Amino acid sequence: MRLLGSIDRLASELARKEYSAVELVEEALDRVERLDGTLRAFITVLPETALAQAAAVDRARSRGDRLSPLAGIPMALKDNLCTRGIPTTCGSRMLDGYRPPYSATVWRRLEAAGAVLVGKTNLDEFAMGSSTENSAFFPTRNPWDPKRVPGGSSGGSAAAVAAGEVVYALGSDTGGSIRQPASFTGVVGLKPTYGRVSRYGLIAFASSLDQVGPLARTVRDSATVLHAISGHDPLDSTSAAVPVPDWAARLDGEVRGIKIGVPLEYFGTGVDPEVARLVRQAVDLLVGMGAEAAECSLPHTEYAVATYYVLAPAEASSNLARYDGVRYGWRAPGAKSLTELYTLSRQQGFGREVKRRIMLGTYALSAGYYEAYYLKSQKVRSLIRQDFDRAFERFDVLAMPTSPEVAFRHGERASDPLRMYMADALTIPVNLAGLPGISLPCGFSRGLPVGLQLVGRPFEEETLLRVAHAYEVATPEWRQAVPPGIAAGRGDDA
Amino acid sequence: MNREQVLHVARLARLSFTEDELEEMARGMNAILAYIDLLKRVDTAAVAPMAHATAPANVFREDEPAPSLSPEEWLQAAPWRSGPFAGVPRFVEE
Repeated sequence: MRLLGSIDRLASELARKEYSAVELVEEALDRVERLDGTLRAFITVLPETALAQAAAVDRARSRGDRLSPLAGIPMALKDNLCTRGIPTTCGSRMLDGYRPPYSATVWRRLEAAGAVLVGKTNLDEFAMGSSTENSAFFPTRNPWDPKRVPGGSSGGSAAAVAAGEVVYALGSDTGGSIRQPASFTGVVGLKPTYGRVSRYGLIAFASSLDQVGPLARTVRDSATVLHAISGHDPLDSTSAAVPVPDWAARLDGEVRGIKIGVPLEYFGTGVDPEVARLVRQAVDLLVGMGAEAAECSLPHTEYAVATYYVLAPAEASSNLARYDGVRYGWRAPGAKSLTELYTLSRQQGFGREVKRRIMLGTYALSAGYYEAYYLKSQKVRSLIRQDFDRAFERFDVLAMPTSPEVAFRHGERASDPLRMYMADALTIPVNLAGLPGISLPCGFSRGLPVGLQLVGRPFEEETLLRVAHAYEVATPEWRQAVPPGIAAGRGDDA
Repeated sequence: MNREQVLHVARLARLSFTEDELEEMARGMNAILAYIDLLKRVDTAAVAPMAHATAPANVFREDEPAPSLSPEEWLQAAPWRSGPFAGVPRFVEE
């Protein structure tokens, strides 16, 4: 099964012309055809454009052009990333049928590198959710157990990578939406430092927290994709003008002298003891390889979810004010006034969770409540960031679980928003502080993948990737495990 | 939040709800707001608010004209076109 290989391996096989990019994408399209009826990772599949992109890569190769390692590799984009002329729904009725007139910077960069876009993946509507059950179209299933959720909101991207429908995918992470689904599906998910990657063309949810990043099979692949999408973009004034190192080339498996902090608050109430045990075991393994580890405290951790559920909805209520039924998106028929046009279009176009967050945010920003909610939360956000700053005076990276639990069952939390919000308790603080974080597989609990989360200093993805890669190389057993029924779909898969 | 407050916020947000939805929305919001009250325990008297992860500074660039999308390209997504404009219902009396 080629598609369960790494970018690295496929790129060298393509370079040696063992097969063509067209053959590789045909295999991807075939797998989507066979698997996606059950998984439902994709909202839109793009056979024609994907085959054309692959054929262009094959032509460039036969001309002898110098090609990026991503050239000809089948991949997917979360459907909140704008693709010119290609439907971009954001998982919402509001944008059903919307074809953006421009592309996100991350897609323009990957397109220029010869990426082959297999399709656009499912998500919780406007990236608001932790299970991909809030998609206006259909829920996505977890390849490890179809009765369970793949996490969210980048659940479609995570499921597509885990099932080998594509080799890697992009997601977005506002409160854990790359890392948590990566953890639930046993793949690697990287949320870069805020500002590392351009947000231009990422449909905005909470602008001070949103960041685009890869979901991939290996840490090295994540580094390769991150390199391709990183860097300052004049179209996003919050993108940082900092150097973009060739991270993949610097991975050497070496962790001697690296100082790992283990924040106790991330192993407490609500965390499955088996998850906690596997993460501690991962830290012990790194210590055995020469790293140093010590416990530490991030005392404001318990306030992160509350802080986030003021700030993210507040920003969302402002960002989603643009959906008015006039310039694009759903327009309610029969409105007799402008106000009625706005209200009816929004009532019909948005789903329940999106409305709930718009309501929360509007309330938190409204006269009389601004100081008690919004300003207060911004101050607690400072304290959460200061906790991390202090920890990083002593440590190079922090290690903790990505999610308190393994993947939960479909429907289990759909009626209890607060309980759903707790699924992101261990990832949200990282967004509030604007730090880079990665989730990678560190074992199985009751047959379901568990994620180790590593968090680093701002713009020090290099250290983060180094430690993650060293752990990954030392534990090939997590990578070799594939979801039941996924690899055995065809006679020649073995 | 009571029913009237939920209705007020819905008006501000340009949203509307059926009676059943209104009740469910109030219940959900009240549960979440009760949880958010946790923040009252944190002493923030001497803490500056944080709006953004990156240092707050203006970002300047030269004001140079550059090609942009044509009105025609932008209007392709408009649900109702009226000539070279996106159309809306008449809201001023003749």
